[in-house]
Amino acid sequence: MSLNVAIRDKSFGSTPVLRDLVFHVARGEVLAVLGPSGVGKSTLLRLIAGLDTDFEGQIRREGRLAMVFQEPTLMPWRSALDNLRLTTGVDAAQAEAALGRVGLAGKGALFPGQLSLGQQRRLSLARAYAARPDILLLDEPFVSLDDALVADMLALTESVIAEQRPATVFVTHSRPEADRLATRQMILGPVLADPCLLSGKHI
Amino acid sequence: MTNVALRDYGQMTDGRGVRSAPRPLPASAVRALSLLGLLGFWWGLAWIKADPMVLPGPQIVLPRMSAEAASGALWLHLGATLWRVAQAFVAAMSLGLILGILMGLLPRLNRWLDPWLVFFLNLPALVVIVLCFLWIGLNETAAIVAVAINKIPLVTVMMREGARALNGQLADMAQVFGMSRMGRLRHILLPQLAPHLASTARSGLSLIWKIVLVVEFLGRGQGVGFKIHLHFQMFDVGMVMVYALSFIVVMLAIETLILQPLERRARRWRDA
Repeated sequence: MSLNVAIRDKSFGSTPVLRDLVFHVARGEVLAVLGPSGVGKSTLLRLIAGLDTDFEGQIRREGRLAMVFQEPTLMPWRSALDNLRLTTGVDAAQAEAALGRVGLAGKGALFPGQLSLGQQRRLSLARAYAARPDILLLDEPFVSLDDALVADMLALTESVIAEQRPATVFVTHSRPEADRLATRQMILGPVLADPCLLSGKHI
Repeated sequence: MTNVALRDYGQMTDGRGVRSAPRPLPASAVRALSLLGLLGFWWGLAWIKADPMVLPGPQIVLPRMSAEAASGALWLHLGATLWRVAQAFVAAMSLGLILGILMGLLPRLNRWLDPWLVFFLNLPALVVIVLCFLWIGLNETAAIVAVAINKIPLVTVMMREGARALNGQLADMAQVFGMSRMGRLRHILLPQLAPHLASTARSGLSLIWKIVLVVEFLGRGQGVGFKIHLHFQMFDVGMVMVYALSFIVVMLAIETLILQPLERRARRWRDA
């Protein structure tokens, strides 16, 4: 179970965004993707997630996929428990266990609007956890949170990853977050006119 | 600024218990009183006019209504109209829903169909009805088709607005987590369209029954519109009011017993 990415070219119109980007993420690995905003980090994640198929190259995903988005991205009209069950297909007991795992035990009947922002983020993480993913995508999940909440969520995410050991791609612009979670880091730079220059380099 | 806000808040909490705010009436009581007021208004107008040939008051119309109900004629015509309303409603809502969602989600289709929409939106109901009767014949199919054609463009416009406002992030989430087509429809799409559906259903129902009446007025031998036509020709204002009022009561019942509970259920998550 792993993720193979080989992108020759991804452009929006005539603007190249990603070019000649080749990497592999194995099970248990956490690859942090860093870089300035607008460089194509989120585009890369959308390609990997299969949300955007308009590119040249090949992406091979093996196994189940889960994603934690920048926003909690919950169904506000379904209870916390149903938000887990309906998206991941787990039964009520497993969903309850996932809620407990992120510290939301007993909150299953509440609607997302009745949860605090921090709790909504936890629910979003619980959804990814309940999916038992082989590939986990994190799209700047801690952006715009206050420091205490970031520390909280980082610790929780770290322990969830350690427990399930998915192949993880973690998009962030924060070096300390990357240092904390990642086993490898990749910095994306702008695609230059010269196609010989790699847009991604490993460090 | 913060201090001011805090002080206001303090006064509010202090005031609680000291000042006993008047408890507002329950919604159902307000509704009943308001309708009684309307009845009183009608009675007052009839009393001022003092000519039951022109404007009979409720004390004349209501007994005639119960007589008509006892004879069974009222139910026959109400039933005929209600059945037409139901068929046209289902046809217009389902076709308009599909068209509206497609046009909202596919900008290219929308560019092609939008002029048609404007055309049909501005086609007078009367023209559609007359043409349907001429082309299809003076029958039930023509009646239902005419009403549906009148209503479909309106449903389409409202559902298109709903489809345009759909949340793309939720759609992405559903795709990433591999939700089934049916699951996406039930848990992602329909809940977002529910408010639009509710208001479309409400305005749709009241518009459709008015058009059904015109259809019946022009070319049906049964139904509220037919009876109104009959009594109009005999200048029997009382019976015109009996039939109009009866159907309004039916619509009020549908609104309170079906539409409102449905809407409350769909809105539960907002009020929680």
